[in-house]
Amino acid sequence: MRVVIAEDLVLLRDGMVRMLTAYGFEVVAAVEDGATLADTLVSLRPDVAVVDVRLPPTFTDEGLRAAIAARREVPGLPVLILSQYVEQVYARELLSDRAGGVGYLLKDRVGEVRAFTDAVRQVAAGGTVMDPDVVAQLLGGGRSAQLATLTPREREVLTVMAEGRSNAAIASRLVITEKAVSKHINSILTKLDLPPSDDDHRRVLAVLAYLGG
Amino acid sequence: MMRRALPDLRHMLVSTGVGLAALGLLMLTLFALILCVVPPVGGPALANTAGLARRLADWQRRRMRPAILSPYTAAPGRIRDILPDPTFWRDTAWLLAGGACAFPAMLVWGLWPSGVQGLVTPILYRLLPASADLTFQALPITTATRSYIAVGMGAVILVAAYFLPRWYRRGEALLSRWLLSPGAAARLSARVEQLVETRTAAVDASAAELRRIERDLHDGAQARLVALTMNLGMAEDMFDTDPAAAKAMLADARAGAHSAISELRDLVRGIHPPMLADRGLAGAAGALAAASPVPVELEVRLERRLSAPVESAAYFVLAEALANAIKHAGAARIRMSVVDEAVHIRLRVQDDGRGGADRSRGTGLRGIERRLAAFDGSVTVSSPPGGPTEIEAVLPCGS
Repeated sequence: MRVVIAEDLVLLRDGMVRMLTAYGFEVVAAVEDGATLADTLVSLRPDVAVVDVRLPPTFTDEGLRAAIAARREVPGLPVLILSQYVEQVYARELLSDRAGGVGYLLKDRVGEVRAFTDAVRQVAAGGTVMDPDVVAQLLGGGRSAQLATLTPREREVLTVMAEGRSNAAIASRLVITEKAVSKHINSILTKLDLPPSDDDHRRVLAVLAYLGG
Repeated sequence: MMRRALPDLRHMLVSTGVGLAALGLLMLTLFALILCVVPPVGGPALANTAGLARRLADWQRRRMRPAILSPYTAAPGRIRDILPDPTFWRDTAWLLAGGACAFPAMLVWGLWPSGVQGLVTPILYRLLPASADLTFQALPITTATRSYIAVGMGAVILVAAYFLPRWYRRGEALLSRWLLSPGAAARLSARVEQLVETRTAAVDASAAELRRIERDLHDGAQARLVALTMNLGMAEDMFDTDPAAAKAMLADARAGAHSAISELRDLVRGIHPPMLADRGLAGAAGALAAASPVPVELEVRLERRLSAPVESAAYFVLAEALANAIKHAGAARIRMSVVDEAVHIRLRVQDDGRGGADRSRGTGLRGIERRLAAFDGSVTVSSPPGGPTEIEAVLPCGS
């Protein structure tokens, strides 16, 4: 699996290259600023890009903007954004084109090596991975009366679902049967007026779009 | 007697020069005012003449003892800014009055040669042939007796020449003070302007400081901790399959944790040195001197604790000046002193380095200035090329 990494700090860039290589990814490029990132993504067409939000020269959201620009050129180009801070706005911008294949994780998650590499693969496969913190913020907004109608268990399911987990993963996380999970999910989709769907990606996107407004 | 007369004479000569220049500028100002009917021409002309008048007036202000404060806040700009400005009209009035003062000044210093001429009249009378019509102050010197009368007159004139400048100077000072002192409004607006400026500088400085801290944390400690979790995660993952690699990862992780800790320590020290919090400025100055790679001779005369902001600013000044001396001056010896003078603290850092410290180039010095401005403090830098450099800061602290 071909990966492009964008990270300005040498320490982390090298660490990430080493780690991904150790877990069977092929790092085809490791760039350190936003200007070259968009071009690199468009020209190399990696299977997935792992991008730090904050890159030189502006040290703001350069990485995110470059990734979004690249996705305009190459729709659905899988991008996993890493950030030191949770910014709902960034998550929303990333999800806005509804193409899937996006992820938004806190940087510390790279320490959970297995989970992190799984997340990279999931994004590469066109899935959506959201950091639990992002989801918590989206849910914590208390944005709609409809959310309030969910049972505590349904909220738990919704949270894990929004992180981009499959039914099986939700079931093992919450220690319930997969059948129970799909029942909860259908109930959630009904309560939130979302179209029922068996496709994980589509479902997650719908939920996130709903949460992100 | 001459000790008094010579400076007086010099003062009168300069007053004459200033007065004549003032008259010239008055003409130019009137001319520029007339030109103002054609704003594109008159505007620059007026701004330039007003600028020149200000320079002359400022020179006059500096000549007075005690010196008169300069009332200007901004450079002369457009016509509509200059004309309503009372300071401009007071300057113009002074051009007229000060210009008029040139003539009495000329008379007064002209008494010296005339008095001397009176004293030497008998000699001249002897030496010169009778045909040379010798007169002294409208008195034709036709007889020896008359030449002696001239001596008496000369003596009187000399006495006048000796005493009159005092009267003149008193009058000149009164006039200058009356016309050139900043009015209450000008003083107030100058103060307000200065406060706005220093407040902005203080806010900017603290914002820049916060940005620096944020960047340091983000690029330093935070990044190291992320790398650390990465190493730990991989070690955990390889624990069973590849113990040797896992062990290496753990060693890496520990080194990374150490670096993160020391980076945080440095950052915290930069934000607020623990020594400053524990022991006050005296202790922190001692710590600075002890940590310096160049020997520092330290003199501290400070018995009390100052308020935290003042302490912090004073420490910043010392640390910055010391860093400058070590980094840029190539000094072999540094003297640092902190002296409590009741209403303010005087900080001094001297080094025997290469000098040439320049306020406009060195961000360090400007940082010091900005930091002090918020407290109405000031910094003076003396740094001739070749050294030695002395940076002296005065920081009001209220006793």
